[in-house]
Amino acid sequence: MTVLLGLLIVVLLAVVVVQIGKVSELAAKIRGEEEMQDIVNKRQGFWSLIFMIVFLIAVTVSGIYYKDWYLGFGPHDSASVHGGSIDSLFKWTLLTTGIVFFITQILLFYFAYRYSGSRNRKAAFVSHDDKLELVWTAIPAIVMAFLVIAGLDTWNEVMADIKTGDDYMEIEAVGEQFGWTIRYPGDDGALGERNYKMISGDNPVGQNWKDEKNLDDFHASEIVLPVGKRIRVRITSKDVLHNFYLPHFRVKMDAVPGMPTYFVFTPKKTTEEYRNELSKYAIYQAPADPADPNGDQLWQRFEYELACAELCGKGHFSMKKVVKIVSEEEYKAWAETQKSFYFGQVRGTASDPNADVWFPQEITERKATFEANLDSARTASSADKKVLRFEYVNFETASAKLTPASKYELGFLVDAMQKYPNMTVEVAGHTDNVGEAAGNQTLSESRAKSVYDFLVEKGVPAGRMRAAGYGDTRPLGANDSEEGRAKNRRTEFRIITQ
Amino acid sequence: MATSTVSNSTMHDEDVLIQELGYDDHFHDHHHGDKFKSNFITTYIFSMDHKMIAKQFLITGMFWAVIGSLMSLVFRLQLGFPEESLLWLKPFLGKWIVVNNGIGSLSPEFYYALVTMHGTILVFFVLTAGLSGTFSNLLIPLQIGARDMASPFLNMLSYWFFFLAGMVMFLSLFLSTGPFSGGWTAYPPLSILPQASTGSGAGMTMWAMSLVFFVVSVLLGGVNYITTVLNMRTKGMSLWRMPLTIWAFFITAIIGLLSFPVLVSAFLLVIFDRTFGTSFFLSEIYIGGQALEHVGGSPVLYQHMFWFLGHPEVYIIILPAMGLVSEVLSVHSRKPIFGYKAMVFSIIAIAFLSFIVWAHHMFMSGVNPFISNFFVVFTLIIAVPSAVKVFNWISTLYRGNVRFNAASLFAIGFVSMFISGGLTGIFLGNSALDIQLHDTYFVVAHFHIVMGVAAFFGMFAGVYHWFPKMYARFMNETMGRIHFWGTMIGAYAIFWPMHYTGMAGVPRRYYAFDTFETFRHFIELNQFITIAAIITFLFQVVFIINFFYSIWNGKKMTTKNPWGASTLEWTTPIHPGHGNWEGKIPAVQRWPYDYAKNGREFIPQIEPMAEGEKDGGH
Repeated sequence: MTVLLGLLIVVLLAVVVVQIGKVSELAAKIRGEEEMQDIVNKRQGFWSLIFMIVFLIAVTVSGIYYKDWYLGFGPHDSASVHGGSIDSLFKWTLLTTGIVFFITQILLFYFAYRYSGSRNRKAAFVSHDDKLELVWTAIPAIVMAFLVIAGLDTWNEVMADIKTGDDYMEIEAVGEQFGWTIRYPGDDGALGERNYKMISGDNPVGQNWKDEKNLDDFHASEIVLPVGKRIRVRITSKDVLHNFYLPHFRVKMDAVPGMPTYFVFTPKKTTEEYRNELSKYAIYQAPADPADPNGDQLWQRFEYELACAELCGKGHFSMKKVVKIVSEEEYKAWAETQKSFYFGQVRGTASDPNADVWFPQEITERKATFEANLDSARTASSADKKVLRFEYVNFETASAKLTPASKYELGFLVDAMQKYPNMTVEVAGHTDNVGEAAGNQTLSESRAKSVYDFLVEKGVPAGRMRAAGYGDTRPLGANDSEEGRAKNRRTEFRIITQ
Repeated sequence: MATSTVSNSTMHDEDVLIQELGYDDHFHDHHHGDKFKSNFITTYIFSMDHKMIAKQFLITGMFWAVIGSLMSLVFRLQLGFPEESLLWLKPFLGKWIVVNNGIGSLSPEFYYALVTMHGTILVFFVLTAGLSGTFSNLLIPLQIGARDMASPFLNMLSYWFFFLAGMVMFLSLFLSTGPFSGGWTAYPPLSILPQASTGSGAGMTMWAMSLVFFVVSVLLGGVNYITTVLNMRTKGMSLWRMPLTIWAFFITAIIGLLSFPVLVSAFLLVIFDRTFGTSFFLSEIYIGGQALEHVGGSPVLYQHMFWFLGHPEVYIIILPAMGLVSEVLSVHSRKPIFGYKAMVFSIIAIAFLSFIVWAHHMFMSGVNPFISNFFVVFTLIIAVPSAVKVFNWISTLYRGNVRFNAASLFAIGFVSMFISGGLTGIFLGNSALDIQLHDTYFVVAHFHIVMGVAAFFGMFAGVYHWFPKMYARFMNETMGRIHFWGTMIGAYAIFWPMHYTGMAGVPRRYYAFDTFETFRHFIELNQFITIAAIITFLFQVVFIINFFYSIWNGKKMTTKNPWGASTLEWTTPIHPGHGNWEGKIPAVQRWPYDYAKNGREFIPQIEPMAEGEKDGGH
C-alpha cells in the first residue's frame, strides 16, 4: 500500500513538473520567444549572482565551523614531529587554493550576471590575448613551483628511512583480515625472522623460532610507544592489502603481503598531553557516555588509534588498535610486563622446534632448582625422602633411547657426583600399568640402564651407581587417570650414601 | 579563399552555400531515398547510423546512471542513518539486509559490493560510454562534415559490446555470492582470492569479463573516432578549424586507445593468478588457515598497470565534458571561445601528462618514495593547463551576451565544479599532504566534484544543447532550469562537507564510523549528505521525465539552427537522415568560433571569408 502511495506521489509530482514546464512554454508563445529569453537571461543572471553569494558564504561559514578538524588547526594538531611540516604545507596550500577559489568563482558568476544577454546588446569579438594568456599561464606555474618545492622538501624529509647509527626503535605491524598483530623486538632490539609458511594457530605471524632474535620478541595488545623516540614501523600483511594509518601522527602506509614497507616517525605528545589539549575544546567536554552526564568527559577517554585505510574486505572498517604514547619510564615499566611470545606460548609445546635445546637462562634456573632439591634430599632424615625425580629426562616413545634434551638434567647429576665424591646412587625406571607387566618391567630396566650408561660415559665412576627397573610395581598415583599415570611414568635416582 | 560571387554578401542561405561550395560525393547518384535501405531493426536496434548509436549510448548510459545512483542512495542511507531500519529494502535486496533485533541494516559485504558497483558503473558505463560514446558518435561526423563514421559497422559493434558488458555486469548483481566487492580498482590480492571476500568469486569473474567486453567497445569506438577525425573531415576542415568538441573527442580516443589495453592485460594476469596458479600479483599469503604457494608476485605491480589506465581514464571522462562545455559556453555567450589555440594545447598537454602521473594514486602503497618525486612534479604541472582552461572559460563569458538556458547554465556550473574539485587536486597531488589525505573522504570529495559532478554537468550541457539535433525537438527549459539549480546546489551539498570529514582523517570505504573515536564525530554531517543525495537524485528524475517527455512532446524545432551556432551540425536538415546532408557535403571556409564578428551575431563555418578577413579569431 505504501509503495503504491509512494508511486502515486511520484507520478503526481511528475505531472506537476511537466505542467510547470508547459506553462512556461505557453508564456513564451504569448510574449514572444525573444522577449521571454531576455527575461530568463535577466532572472538567471541574477540567480547566478545570488547563488555565488550564498555559496561563498556557506563555504566560509561551514569552513569556519569545521576549522577545528583541519590539519594543524584546533585540537587536531599532529602528535608526531614530522606532522608539523605536513600541517604547515597544508595551511599554505589551503591559503593559495582558497584565494584562487574565491577569485575564480566570483569572476565566473559575476561575469555570468554582468553579461547576461539581451536583444539590445551585442557580444564583443574578443577571441584571445597573447599577453594575458602568457601571464595567467606563468602565475599558476610559479605558484605550483613553490608548492612543489615545499611539498617535495617535506616529503623527502618525512619518508627518509633510518640511517646507520641512528637511535631508533623498530616495531612490526602485521595486518590480516581483520586485525593487527603488533610485534616488539624485545631486549635485543631486533625483530626476528619471519616466514609466512610457518604461520599457524600458535604462531600468528610465522616467526622462525630457530632465529634467536625471535625468542624475546613480544606481541602487544596495544601499541605503546615512548614519547620522543624515533619509531620505525615495519608494516606488512598476511593476506590482502591493508594500510597502517595513524591519523593523529600523519602516518599512513600500505601493508603489502610479501613486501614489507616502512614508516619512520617520532611521537611528540603523550596520550595524557593530547587529552589535556583536547579538554579545552567544547566538543570534547561532552560526557563520553550520554547516559551518564556526570561521568568521564570525551577528552578523558581519548585514545590515539590505528586504523586500516586500504579496502581489505567486509571488516575493513573495524581494524582498530589503541595507541598509547607514554614517557620513557612508563614505557620501560610496561615493556617489563610483556612476556616474550615464544616463552609465553610456544616453549615446551609440541610446536617448539627448540625442544632439544635449553637456553642459558633455563639451565641456570633449572640447575638451581635441581641443586635445591638435591640439598633437601641429602638433608632429609627418612630414606624414602632421599629420592629425586628427573623432571626433564625423557625417552623416545616405547624405547629406551634418551631424548637429546635429557642430557641437561643428567648433566646436573654428573656435576653433583663430582661435587660430592662419596655419594652413591641408584638410578631407577618406573612405568604406568598400561600394557603387559613383563614388558613394563623390561622397559623400565633398559631405561634405567640407558641413564646409567649415559652417566658412565660422562665420567661418573660405574662403582658409585647401580641401575634398577621396577616396572609398574611402585606407583605414586592411581593408574586409573591420565594424571596418575603420568605421575607413575618416571625416572628417578635415590641417594644410597652421601 | 573567397570566391567573388558570394564573399561580400552576409545574407546567404546556408543551403545555397552548401550547394555552391560544398563537396559532391555523389551521395544520391545510385539510390533514391535512404541509401542505407533501413528497416525497423537496422534503424533502431542494429543501427549503423552514428546518430542512432549515439542515442543508444545515451539512453543506456542513463539507465546505468539511475542504477548506479540508486546504489549510492542505498549505501548513503546506511552511512547517514545506521540506526534506522532498512527493513523496507528487504523485498528488493533479500538476504543482503541483515536483521538484528528487528532493525534491518545493509550487510557489510553488500555495502562494499554496492560501493564497488557504483564506482565501476559510473566511471565506465556512464561517464565513459554514456558521455564519450554519446557525443563522440553524435558530433564527430556532424561537426567535421562526414556522412558517418569511418566504419559504421565497427561503430555498431562498439555499442553492442558495451551492451554485452552491461548485461554481464547486470547479471552479476544477482549472484548468490554477491557481485564483486573489492572496490572499482580491484586491487589484488583481495580481488583474486575468493577466500578473502565472497564477491571475489564468481562476482569478480563476471566483473572482469564485463570490463573486457567494455574495453573492446571502447577500442572499437576509439579506432573509429580517430580514423574519422583524421580521414573524413570535409573540404576545408583543417585541424585548426575543428571545434573544441572534436579536439576533445579526438584526443580522448587516443588516450583510450593507448591506455585501455593495459587494463585488459592487468585483468588477464589477474585471471591467470585466479585460475592457472600463476603469481603475478600474489606473494607470501596466508589466508583461511592456509599458506598459499604463490611467491614472488607483487600486488603493487597491478596498481601500476591499473592506474596506467586509471589516471588517463579520468581525462577520458573529463576531456569530452571540457569540449562540450567550451562549445556550449561559446555558442551561448555569443562570443568566440577565448584562447582557442591555448585550449587545444591544454587538451594535448593534459593528455600527454595524464600518462606520466599514474603513480600519484600510489604514494602510500609502498612504492619507493624517491620515485614519487617525479610523479608529484608531473601531477602538479597539470594544474597549469587546467588553470589556463578555467581562465579561458571565464574570459569567454567576459563581454559576452550570455543566453541563459539549461545548456549554458550547466556549462557555467561545470566551470564552477571544475574549479572547486580541481583545486583540491593540488592538495592530493602533493605527496606530503597525501600521507594524511590519501584514502580519506577528502579524496572522495575531490574526485566526485572534479570528474563526477563536473563530467555530468558537461554531459547535461551537451544533452540540452544537442537534444534538438537528436530528436528535432527541444527539452523543456523550465524543467531544465529546475534540474540545473537543484543539481548545482544538491551536488555541492553532498560533496562539499566531505572535505571536512576528510581533513579530520575519516577514511573512505568505511561501512560504519562508530568503531573509532577519531571518526565518529560527524553523525549530523553524514545525515545531511544522505538527505542531500536523495534530494539531488529526485532532481535527476526531473531530467529523465523531461528527456523522455520531450522526445515525443517537446517543443518542435522549426529552424535548422536554433542556437545561432556556426558549426556544421546545424546545417543539416531538421530531421537528418542517415548520411546527414541530403545533397552535397558542406565545405568549411573558416574556424568555428566566429561569433560577434564584424557586427554579425555569428558567421557559419561554411561562409567564405570576406576580402581581407583573417581566420582563426584574428
